[in-house]
Amino acid sequence: MARRIYDKEHVKAPGTPLSSKEMYQLPGTIEYTPVAKYRFTTGQALSKFLEELKRGRIAGRKCNNCGRVYVPPRMYCEFCYKPTSEWIYLEGTGTVVTAVVSYIGTARERLEKPEIIGIVKLDIDNKEPQGYDFPGLFHRFCNVSEDDVKTGKIIGARVRPRWKLEEERKGDITDIECFEPIEG
Amino acid sequence: MTSSRVGIISIGWYGFSPSTPEVSFREMMFESSNRAYSAVGIDPRKEVDAFVVCQEDYWEGIAITNEFAPEPLGGVLRPTVTIAGDGLQCIVTAYQLIKTGYFDIVAVEAHSKASNIATLSKIYEIALDPHYVRPLYAKNPLFLAGLEARAYMERTGAEKYHLALVAVKNKNNGLNNPRASYATPLDLEDVVESKPVIDPLTSYEIAPFVDVSITFLLAGEESARKFTDTPIWIEGVGWSTETGTGAIAWHEWGRMRFLRDAANQAYRIAGISNPARSFDFAEVEDRFSYAELVALEELKLAQEGTAHILLESGDFDIDGYLPVNPSGGSLSIGVALEATGLVRILEATLRLWSMELVEEAEGRAVVASWRGIPSFSGGVVVLSL
Amino acid sequence: MKPNIHVKDKVAIVGAGLTLFRRRMLETSRELAWEAAREALESANLELKDIDCIVIGSAPDAFDGVHLKGEYLADGSGAISKPMVRVYVGGGTGVMVPIAAWWHVASGLCRTVLAVAEEKMSPAHPHPQGVFAYIWDPVVERPLGPNLLWIFALEMRRYMHVCGASKEDIAIVSVKNKANALNHPCAQAAAKITVEDVLNSEVLVWPVHRLDVSPVSDGAAALILAREDIARKVTDTPIWVEGIGWTLDTTHWYNRELAYPRYVEYAARMAYKMAGIERPWKEIDIAEPYDPFDYKELHHIEGLMLAPRCQAWRLAREGYFDRTGELPTSPSGGLLGVGNPIAAAGVMKVAEIFWQLRYEAGERQVKKPVHYGVAQAWGDLMQVGTVVVLSN
Repeated sequence: MARRIYDKEHVKAPGTPLSSKEMYQLPGTIEYTPVAKYRFTTGQALSKFLEELKRGRIAGRKCNNCGRVYVPPRMYCEFCYKPTSEWIYLEGTGTVVTAVVSYIGTARERLEKPEIIGIVKLDIDNKEPQGYDFPGLFHRFCNVSEDDVKTGKIIGARVRPRWKLEEERKGDITDIECFEPIEG
Repeated sequence: MTSSRVGIISIGWYGFSPSTPEVSFREMMFESSNRAYSAVGIDPRKEVDAFVVCQEDYWEGIAITNEFAPEPLGGVLRPTVTIAGDGLQCIVTAYQLIKTGYFDIVAVEAHSKASNIATLSKIYEIALDPHYVRPLYAKNPLFLAGLEARAYMERTGAEKYHLALVAVKNKNNGLNNPRASYATPLDLEDVVESKPVIDPLTSYEIAPFVDVSITFLLAGEESARKFTDTPIWIEGVGWSTETGTGAIAWHEWGRMRFLRDAANQAYRIAGISNPARSFDFAEVEDRFSYAELVALEELKLAQEGTAHILLESGDFDIDGYLPVNPSGGSLSIGVALEATGLVRILEATLRLWSMELVEEAEGRAVVASWRGIPSFSGGVVVLSL
Repeated sequence: MKPNIHVKDKVAIVGAGLTLFRRRMLETSRELAWEAAREALESANLELKDIDCIVIGSAPDAFDGVHLKGEYLADGSGAISKPMVRVYVGGGTGVMVPIAAWWHVASGLCRTVLAVAEEKMSPAHPHPQGVFAYIWDPVVERPLGPNLLWIFALEMRRYMHVCGASKEDIAIVSVKNKANALNHPCAQAAAKITVEDVLNSEVLVWPVHRLDVSPVSDGAAALILAREDIARKVTDTPIWVEGIGWTLDTTHWYNRELAYPRYVEYAARMAYKMAGIERPWKEIDIAEPYDPFDYKELHHIEGLMLAPRCQAWRLAREGYFDRTGELPTSPSGGLLGVGNPIAAAGVMKVAEIFWQLRYEAGERQVKKPVHYGVAQAWGDLMQVGTVVVLSN
């Protein structure tokens, strides 16, 4: 059986590339917008989490079997596979694990003003938890400059949530407007 | 490959109701899985070798819904995989994994949170071929079922009341099943006098939707016997696709060739040569009334063109020669999206367990499931005590 | 899991085929699947009638805009009155496809499997990125209006911070892979570029620039897998599937240490154990780690245990992973060079190891002798590791 060399010299791969212009000028191109709408039930853990956000608190669940604290809360411990044991409430202070500067929006459009996004590892009893897994949130940052991100100054910084005014909260992750550095 | 048999050793479920606002789909998955594991004292974090989930993005409203699979099943940092197919196909996958000899205990989960979907009919529309079928803008994408029903009637001489009889049988069968939310006392007149929704099918003949999560545990022979005295053995499996959803011109209307192919494969593996005389009962596709009759013929449980005659003579009644959908089927229980096949296997398993002490029983059943409109895919499993 | 001391039923790859990878293709999804399937069949001198079972891999249905995409791709993938299944683990799907084909054969249920992966990202407009809006947790994440690039940028930033790598160190991977792809017949983004070019390209989400990222692509790829006796009849050079492994980490990616992909390590350990490989950093001759972003290749090299933690970028700088290096990685050109039609890109990586182990990669053939190769993909919310170990 003869060897078949698979490189540019020996193979012409099938397929017909098109330019953007060619593609949209093809006859019979069908425009279709899927109408896919859902009402997601949030369930026991997240509905309580969202209610507590409205009150200005961050709720987590603790597994007394392994001691892990879950934020966002889960009704079951994914490592022990047992129902989690109790609700606990966190101050919301924490440490920045990583942060980036986004120049684009959801559909890759350029943003007028770049956004700073990051992950916060949340304190338990005013202490930074250790280990591979930790309670934390992914959110926007305020009062952080692009340079703080690029130089790495922001990583390891202490932050806290900036809450929306109580009457503006609606039980949604955006009730926290952003996380901001704790002065000093 | 191992010669070890594969057995169902445990089942857990949550739901079986038209809506489940009290839980998220993830919590529902946890509930059914936790019940399956604890029933046999298995720790999924240590003893389950792989986790197989049947789900599909647009049903869930999440692109890459596989993301949410591991946590509620106990599958974190362990082999967990999504099969984009009907739950029966997940049972086939677990069977294959165990048959390799490399996996011993495998969990299978599928769920339906149909009540989360606000535009269910439109979701079906997205499954239609984008070039040829969607531009027809059919008001109801299930119109394809009407075409199937008409083609079946044309071929066999079955009449509308024969199709209605399937609904009458199944809706009444479900009255004895606590999981059958849509069971109701029904007589033939109720059905034939109601207006068709999709000609020739009336609303009684089109299964509604249900929320449920179901988890199965499968194991190789040695482990199966360790964890339970009564494993339900999977004697044969078959699965097949007739063609793609964009190739409806190649589909043979009024038939389910994929079920014929799947049945042949499953019977070959199970060593069954006379299917019509081999089973105590059958749980087969009935999300539309006509589908049950077509399925019975494709499974060779009725000869070509005779299913409707046997049905009328009572052969498929709960006390008949071969009870078909004694659980009430999808018409009574509901269509559980990709969990539909698991619902059928669950009902068959529970019924086989209940027959343990019945001496005259063969203790063997056949289950067949189709993936629904507009697919041409389905599977068959043969189960035994 | 049972210790796998005696593998009775060996499974081999006997054929592979790809379509061009391009930003926009005339062919429909089904046609692309068929083109790749036909190429794979021809390469093994087989016909569709010789195939028992079909495995399909494809990532989000929303790209092609078709619900139940496996059913839609069925006929194009050869599933015409044949057993067919579609596996789906996000970006990890491409390497999950041969894994699923492996269990089809190893279970004794199928003698031959045609495994096809397809992705057509061009129908989504204005930009396929919009599709990714639906991958997020609908309650906790989606309201923030996230862009998919955010999470990768967050992970890259964390890797840089923990491992002390600079943007320049990471850009070396993009330069290497795009150059490797110059000899690939399907390549979409092959180029001779420099580290400066990467750093000067458009900033999307700092630290990610445009040239740190693989392109959006249409394309398909296929493999043929067979039972040992058939494989030996079909070819003199079957490539054996020695090990398979896959795991999923938690959904909550922001509750995990992102600097190291432990799920890749777990998957790799599973595959190495099955293959009898104890010291992968010595025993693996060639690797195709998943590289949708340049930092991901380094991240995955560490997860695959081919380099100590936080050392991959240093080795990359020394040319260790070049085609002429000690352990060539992404000799195909990877996703950065060949393109990224998601599931098809993973299969392309497995196909490259297949050609390399058969010494059929022509101009792309690595300089050292090769016995064992590993291909890996990654997906979902930074949580999937899929790994295949092959040998000749």
